[in-house]
Amino acid sequence: MKPEWKEWAREFKEQYPGANSALMPLLHRIQAHEGWLSDETIHDVATLFDLPESYVESVASFYSLFYRHKVGKNVVHVCVGLSCALAGSDHLMEKLEHHLGIKEGQTTADGEYTLLEAECLAACNAAPVAQVNLRYFERVDLERPEETLLGTSSEKEVTP
Amino acid sequence: MSQKYYLLRNREIPNIDQMAVYQSHGGYEALKKALNEYKPEELVDLVKKSGLRGRGGAGFPTGMKWGFLPNDGRKRYLVVNSDEAEPGTYKDREIIEQNPHQLIEGIIISSYATKAREAYIYCRGEFLFGAEQLQRAVAEAYAAGYLGENILGSGFSVDLKVYRGAGAYICGEESALLESLEGRRGNPRLKPPFPAVAGLYGGPTVVNNVETITNVPAIVTYGADWYTSMGTAKSPGLKIFSVSGRVVRPDNYEIPLATPLRTLIDDYAGGVLPGRRIKAVIPGGSSVPLLLPDKLDTPLDYESVLQAGSMLGSGGCIVLDDSVCIVGATARLVKFYREESCGKCTPCREGTYWMTDVLERIEHGLGTEEDLDTLMDIADNIGGKCFCPLGDASLGVLVSAMKFFRDEFEAHVREHACPMGAKLYDTVNH
Ligand SMILES: NC(=O)C1=CN([C@@H]2O[C@H](COP(=O)(O)OP(=O)(O)OC[C@H]3O[C@@H](n4cnc5c(N)ncnc54)[C@H](O)[C@@H]3O)[C@@H](O)[C@H]2O)C=CC1
Ligand SMILES: Cc1cc2nc3c(=O)[nH]c(=O)nc-3n(C[C@H](O)[C@H](O)[C@H](O)COP(=O)(O)O)c2cc1C
Ligand code: SF4
Ligand code: FES
Repeated sequence: MKPEWKEWAREFKEQYPGANSALMPLLHRIQAHEGWLSDETIHDVATLFDLPESYVESVASFYSLFYRHKVGKNVVHVCVGLSCALAGSDHLMEKLEHHLGIKEGQTTADGEYTLLEAECLAACNAAPVAQVNLRYFERVDLERPEETLLGTSSEKEVTP
Repeated sequence: MSQKYYLLRNREIPNIDQMAVYQSHGGYEALKKALNEYKPEELVDLVKKSGLRGRGGAGFPTGMKWGFLPNDGRKRYLVVNSDEAEPGTYKDREIIEQNPHQLIEGIIISSYATKAREAYIYCRGEFLFGAEQLQRAVAEAYAAGYLGENILGSGFSVDLKVYRGAGAYICGEESALLESLEGRRGNPRLKPPFPAVAGLYGGPTVVNNVETITNVPAIVTYGADWYTSMGTAKSPGLKIFSVSGRVVRPDNYEIPLATPLRTLIDDYAGGVLPGRRIKAVIPGGSSVPLLLPDKLDTPLDYESVLQAGSMLGSGGCIVLDDSVCIVGATARLVKFYREESCGKCTPCREGTYWMTDVLERIEHGLGTEEDLDTLMDIADNIGGKCFCPLGDASLGVLVSAMKFFRDEFEAHVREHACPMGAKLYDTVNH
C-alpha cells in the first residue's frame, strides 16, 4: 500500500460520509496513479474500508473502466456503436489492430498500448470516434488513424 | 439556420463555460430571481405550469415528480443524471462540457424548490473532460457564493458534488445510479418505491436528467407561458435532438417539441446524402422501435411519436439510408444490450446473449429459417419479463425490424450471405 492511499481514503470518506460512496472515487484515484487495479490493490482498499475483499472486487469488476488486468500506458477505446459503425469504426479497429500488431482487448508487448472497444461514447455527430486515455478524438481519419491516435510513428514504434 | 438558443447557449456565446462570461450574459440572474421572488412551493408550481417533462427519456412531468417528495422531515437529495449512454444520444455531453454553469444554476434553483440540502451530479465515467468542466464550474460557483452556506444571503444552503461513474450503461437507470453512488455494483432496485420516496441513502431523492434541469433557469427567466407557447399542450417546450447516422449535418438541434421529424432530418440535418433515400429512422435512442419513411411527417412530441409506433425517448435520432443492412444494424444494437446487461435477471442476461449470437450468425449468412423463429421466441421471453427496462429496450429495434424488414432477414438465410456484404460501412464508396 502506498502511504498516500490512507490519506486519500480519509479525504474521500470525509467528502462522502454516506454508505461506501467514497469507494469509487478512491479506486479512480489509485488507478489514475497505478494504471490499473491489481489483486494487491483490491486487498489494500478493502483494508482501508474495513470491507471484505470480495466486496471491493465485486464493485471493481462491475465497471468497465476499472481495469483488473494490467493495461498499456495508453488505453485506446474505439467506439463500436451503430452511428460510428456506419462511419467505418470496424475498419478503424482493423487498421489499429494491424498497426499495433494486436487484437482488440490486447496490449502491445512493449506495454505502450491497450486496444479496447467502447460502446457509444455520446459523440455520434463526430463519428467515427475514439478515446485515448479517455480524451476524445473525433472524425478519425480512416486511412491513417495511427497518426492522430498513436502520436508520431517513430516514437510509437511497436514490436508485435 | 439562425436561431435563438435557450439550452445550447454555447452555440451563440463563446466561452460561456467560464463564470465571468456566463454572468455577463445574464448568468445566475435566474437564481437571484428564484431566491428573491419565489417560495420553494411556488417554484414547484411554476415548473408544473411550464409542463416540463423529463428529458432522460421517460418524459415524466418534472413538477409532478418534485411534488411527490414526502413532507416527513427527512433530509432530501437532488441527483442529476449525467450518465448519458443511450446509443445515438449526445445532448447532455454538450451541455456539461460547454454550458455547465446553466446546469449548475438549474441545480441550485431545483434544490431550493425541492428543499434539497445536498446535490450530486453523477457523471458518466467516460466523460473525463465533462467531469473536469463540471468540477471547475462547481468550484467557480462556490467561489461566487452560489453554492454552500446561506446562498446570496437567502438563508438557503446546498452543497453540490460531482461523482464519476466508471463505465456501465445501466447506471443511467436511476435506481442503479443510486446503488453506484452508494459504492455498490450498478444493479437496479425494485421500483416502487421510487427515489422520490426512498432514494439516495434511503432519503427522499429527486433524480433528473441534465437537459431537464438545464431548462429550469430559462423557465424562471422567461416564465411558464413562454414555455407552453412552444410544442403541444401535453408536450410543451424545447427539446434537444441528437441526429446521427446517414445525414449530411449530424448534430444537436434545439427545437420546439412537435417539430416534424422530416423538418429535423431534412432542414436541420441536411437530409440523407445525395442519391440516397431514408430506409428507417430510430427516433428516440437505440431502445425505441424503428419508424419507416411513411412516418416522416410525425410531429416530434411524446404523444405523436408513440402513436406513430415508436417513442420520443432521449431524442437520439439515428437515420438509416438504403445502403444500410437492417440485419447488421440490428445485430449491432442488440450486441450493445448484451454488453451492458447487468446480469441480475436471467431473461435479459441470457436473452441478449442468444439474440446477439443468432443475429450475427444470420448477418454472416450462417442463419437458418428456424433462427428467425428462435429470435422471436427469445424476444417473447424477454418482453415484459425483466427486472428493469433494459431488457425490453433490447427489443425495440429488433422486433420492429423483424416486422418491417422480414424479407431482408429471410434473404440473408436464403442466400447464405448478407446481400450488402455484411459490412455496415463500405470503404469503397466513401
Ligand atoms: N438518456 C439515456 O441515455 C437513456 C434513457 N433511457 C430512457 O429511460 C426511460 C425509462 O426510464 P425509467 O426511469 O425506467 O422510467 P419511469 O417511467 O419508471 O420513470 C421516469 C421518472 O419518473 C419517476 N416516477 C415515475 N412514476 C413515479 C411515481 N409514481 N412517483 C414518483 N416518481 C415517479 C421515476 O422515479 C423517474 O425519475 C426510457 O423511456 C428510455 O427512453 C433509457 C436508456 C438510456
Ligand atoms: C437502462 C436505462 C438507462 C438510462 N439511462 C439514462 C441516462 O443515461 N440519463 C438519464 O437522464 N436517464 C436515463 N434513464 C432514465 C432514468 O431512469 C430516469 O428516468 C431519469 O434520469 C429521470 O430524469 P428525468 O425525469 O429528468 O428524465 C435510463 C433508464 C434506463 C432504464
Ligand atoms: S433487465 Fe437486464 S439490466 Fe435490467 S436488471 Fe435485468 S439483467 Fe440487469
Ligand atoms: S456511436 Fe460512437 S459515439 Fe455514438
